[in-house]
Amino acid sequence: MSSDGSQIPPVPSGRRALIAFTWLWVGLPLAYGLYELVRKATQLFTG
Amino acid sequence: MSPPIAPAGWSRWLVPPAALSVHLSIGQAYAWSVFKPPLESALGLSGTQSALPFQLGIVMLGLSAAFGGTLVERHGPRWAMTVALVCFSSGFLLSALGAYTEQYWLIVLGYGFVGGIGLGIGYISPVSTLIKWFPDRPGMATGIAIMGFGGGALIASPWSAQMLESFGTGSSGIALAFLVHGLTYAVFMLLGVLLVRVPRGAARADAAAAARGGVQVSARGAVRTPQFWLLWIVLCANVTAGIGILEKAAPMITDFFAETSAPVSATAAAGFVALLSAANMAGRIGWSSTSDLIGRKNMYRVYLGVGAVMYALIALFGDSSKPLFVLCALVVLSFYGGGFATAPAYLKDLFGTYQVGAIHGRLLTAWSTAGVLGPLIVNWIADRQEEAGRHGSALYGLSFVIMIGLLVVGFVANELVRPVHARHHVPAPAPKEAADVV
Repeated sequence: MSSDGSQIPPVPSGRRALIAFTWLWVGLPLAYGLYELVRKATQLFTG
Repeated sequence: MSPPIAPAGWSRWLVPPAALSVHLSIGQAYAWSVFKPPLESALGLSGTQSALPFQLGIVMLGLSAAFGGTLVERHGPRWAMTVALVCFSSGFLLSALGAYTEQYWLIVLGYGFVGGIGLGIGYISPVSTLIKWFPDRPGMATGIAIMGFGGGALIASPWSAQMLESFGTGSSGIALAFLVHGLTYAVFMLLGVLLVRVPRGAARADAAAAARGGVQVSARGAVRTPQFWLLWIVLCANVTAGIGILEKAAPMITDFFAETSAPVSATAAAGFVALLSAANMAGRIGWSSTSDLIGRKNMYRVYLGVGAVMYALIALFGDSSKPLFVLCALVVLSFYGGGFATAPAYLKDLFGTYQVGAIHGRLLTAWSTAGVLGPLIVNWIADRQEEAGRHGSALYGLSFVIMIGLLVVGFVANELVRPVHARHHVPAPAPKEAADVV
């Protein structure tokens, strides 16, 4: 992987799984936080 | 510890999750208020006393980012993330001991002092690395990480509240909650430590850029340039303006519509605060990514210029239209978040990638200053107006005028930013030396 992004070789499948796992690792807690936020934010219109 | 070099075939899309695992953790700091009422009742503290760990934490964030930046550049992101993990987690563990033994000073020392060092080092730990991996989209890359800092509070706030509900709000319940926080965050941040890599030949690329006459300025050199201090004023003005609303969002919207046919309830005001948090987060990733397309200077023109217009609209027509008030406040808060997230990329444009993380750390002192200035202006003026018998939106009119003035000062400072003079650039290394660096 070139740091300037000009030449992007194909990502090996094992690495693709790692990318998916790491994004889920951070994405799931963030989704929980966003869900709680939306629940609270709707109170502006219903409260 | 030498910086971990990426092996061949390493994807740059593994670096943002590494950064996020740290920023989503340390962003917990903004959810400290969840612990305040239980601590006050369990340990007999006043509101001012229970705020101490958070306040010390933010002071330590500014100090450690400013003074630790050069160490972060020297030892690399893995070292920095390890320091952040150890400090942030052990801060919670010390606090657990403090709560269990009812020694409040241990909580202040643990969460505020030790944990605060973790906040500062953790905040700047991925900046330089992300910029090196994403030279084509530095705004987007740092925007993702800095969005995580805002997201951390969104996660921690309901999570900590549920934990206290389960464990109880007595001193042993609080101690157990601190213990679980410390251990969970250690595991969560470990992903970042294990995953982070610097691109192969990053140092060589810096050296080559310097040799080509590209801009590379050291952290020590940067603080001697007018550009750094102009940007400091820009960030300070933008953050002060955002905090001006964020600090008193709930009472502000209640006061604005108290005498109308549709007053705002406490529940709706809480919803407004949540919506502001969403705008703050969205601005971090959205506006910062936009800056990759329209340029950093133009982006700050929008933050400061349009921000001033939004404040003027709230001041002039805010109390006559709730949608207008909410919309303008959301735009200001999105600019607040965007201003934070775009700063590293602006620094990279001006000073190069050589020590951009350390320069960013020094710039964060503008945040500490604004953190004091913003609430001080809004609270002090609202109190004086109340003493003078004013109420409703009249409590905030003068604050808004001051905020507009600050944004105009920031706008002018941004206009004065010019490319850094060549005398501040680091000299290009000799050919042999450039070939030796990895």
